[in-house]
Amino acid sequence: MSAPPHTAVAGTPVAGTPAARAPVSAGKDPGRYRWRPLRGSWLRLISPLVLIGVWQLLSSTGVLPAKKLVPPATIAHTAYNLVVTTSPTYGTLQSSLLVSAERWGIGFGLGVVLAVLLAIVTGLSRIAETALDPIVQALRGVPLLGVLPLFIIWFGIGELPKDLIVLLGAFFPMYVNTFAGIRGVDPKLGELGQVLGLSRRELVTDIVLPGACRQALTGLRLSVVASLLALVVGEQINANAGLGFMITTAQEFLENNIIMVCLIVYAILGLTADALVRLLERKTLVWRRDFVR
Amino acid sequence: MAPRLREVSAPAAVPLPPGVTASVRGLRRSFGDRLVLDGLDLDIRSGEFVAMIGRSGSGKSTLLRALAGLDREVSGSLAVSGPVAVAFQEPRLVPWKRVLANVALGLRDPSPSQVAAVALAEVGLSEHAAAWPLTLSGGEAQRASLARALVRSPSLLLLDEPFSALDALTRISMHRLVLSLWERHRPAVLLVTHDVDEALALADRVLVLGDGKIAHSASISLPRPRHRDHPSLMALRLELLTELGVSAAAAI
Repeated sequence: MSAPPHTAVAGTPVAGTPAARAPVSAGKDPGRYRWRPLRGSWLRLISPLVLIGVWQLLSSTGVLPAKKLVPPATIAHTAYNLVVTTSPTYGTLQSSLLVSAERWGIGFGLGVVLAVLLAIVTGLSRIAETALDPIVQALRGVPLLGVLPLFIIWFGIGELPKDLIVLLGAFFPMYVNTFAGIRGVDPKLGELGQVLGLSRRELVTDIVLPGACRQALTGLRLSVVASLLALVVGEQINANAGLGFMITTAQEFLENNIIMVCLIVYAILGLTADALVRLLERKTLVWRRDFVR
Repeated sequence: MAPRLREVSAPAAVPLPPGVTASVRGLRRSFGDRLVLDGLDLDIRSGEFVAMIGRSGSGKSTLLRALAGLDREVSGSLAVSGPVAVAFQEPRLVPWKRVLANVALGLRDPSPSQVAAVALAEVGLSEHAAAWPLTLSGGEAQRASLARALVRSPSLLLLDEPFSALDALTRISMHRLVLSLWERHRPAVLLVTHDVDEALALADRVLVLGDGKIAHSASISLPRPRHRDHPSLMALRLELLTELGVSAAAAI
C-alpha cells in the first residue's frame, strides 16, 4: 500500500506515446483531401500481401519446409475446409469465431467501460487516486496466465472466467491511458474554465473528458490487442469451441495448418479492430489539424 | 513570508468608492524567497483604460491573475464590482469546441449561441463561427478570445499581453478593434503589456510596476487614435523608458 502511484503511472510504456497520429480530418476537409484516407487504408494492405507472396514463393521453391512453416496456399485450403465442412473436433471456423466474438465482446466492453469509469474517479480526485491507483498498478503487473488457475477455482470452468480474463486484458491499457489523458489536460484550459465560471460538471464534460479523449483512444487501441491476447489465454479453460480452443486442440494433434489458420484469423481480427478504432479516432478528433498530409 | 489574509472579492461585501470598478490594497505575493508584489495599491475607475508596463518578472501578470481570481496565495485586499473577463496571452480557445461554442462557453444566458454570434460579428469573425480553433490564424484566434471575454459584459476586462505574439500589422488592427469595443461597451480595462508604444496608443493611464509596487503613473488625455510621433507622447515614451531602466539613447 505504500507504493508511490505517480511514478508507476508516469513510467508506463503506453502513456504519452504519440500513437494516435492517424490522419484525422477525413471527410471534413475540402474535397482535395477527401480521397486520401481511403487510398491510405488500401495502401496499408500492400505490405502484408507482399509478405504472403514471398512466403508462398519460398515454400513452393522448398526454401521453407512445409513441416516447419505451412505455406499460405495450404492455410487457405485448410481455412476453406473449416468453413464449408463441420469437423467433428473443431466444428466450423465461423461457429468458433462467433463463440470467441461473444466472449471478447462481453469482456472487452465491460473492461473498457469499467476502466473509463475508474479513470474518471481517480483522475479527478487525489483521494481516490491515492486509495485506488496503487491497487490497480499492482494488479497490472500480474500475468494473466498466472491468474488462470485461480480463476478456475473461483469462477469454475464456464463462460465467466473466460470473460473475466478478457476483461482484465482490456481494462489495464484503457485505464492507464484514460487516467494519463485526464491528468494531461492543459492546466491553462482549467484556468480558463475557472475564469469563465464553469461549474465542476461543465469543467469535466467540456474540458477534462474531451481533452483526455485522444489518449483514451490510444488506450482503446492497445486495449483491443491486449484483450484479443487475453482471449487465447482464457479459452484454454475447458473450452469446447472458440479460436483458443482450436489452437489448444490443434497443438495436441500437431495440426500446424489449423494453428496457422487460427493465428491468421487473430491477425485479421486485430487489424480490423484497429481499423475501427482509427475510424473512431477520425470521427472524434475532427478538431485536430491534420499534420499528416 | 506574508500571512495569508486574502479578502474575498465579493462585490457586495467590500464597499467600493463610487466610480471605482476595482480596488487593490496592500497586495503581497511571493514565490519562494522572491517578493513579487509588495504592498501594491491600485484603483481602476469605471470605464478607465489602464495599461501596466514593467520589466519581465516585475509581477504584472501576477497582479492580473490575482484580479482574475486565479491566484489564491496573494494576501492583502482586493475588490472588484461586477463580472471580470480575461483575454490571455495565448488565446486559450478550447480546441475541441467550434469558435461559436468557445465564445458561448459558460454563458448564463437563455440563448447563449445568439449572444455569442453577436459578439463574433462585433470582432468580425462571423464567417468563422463554425470553424475549429486550430484552423484560425493568430489574429483570428485572439479576436475570438476577445469576443469570448466581451460577451460576458464585464465591468473589468483584463488583457494579459494579448497582442504580444501577433505580427506588427495584425497588432495595429487589434489595437483599433480593442479601442472600438472599449468605446462601445466601456468596461474598465487593465492591459498588461511590455510594449510602451502599445500602452501609449491605448491607455488613459500608464502604470509602471517596479519593486512590487506602482513605481510610476502617467495620465494621457490625448484623443484617440493617437499618432505615434505626437510630441507629448514622445516625451512620455522617454519618461517611461527611463523609468523602466532603458537608457534614453538606446530608446531612440
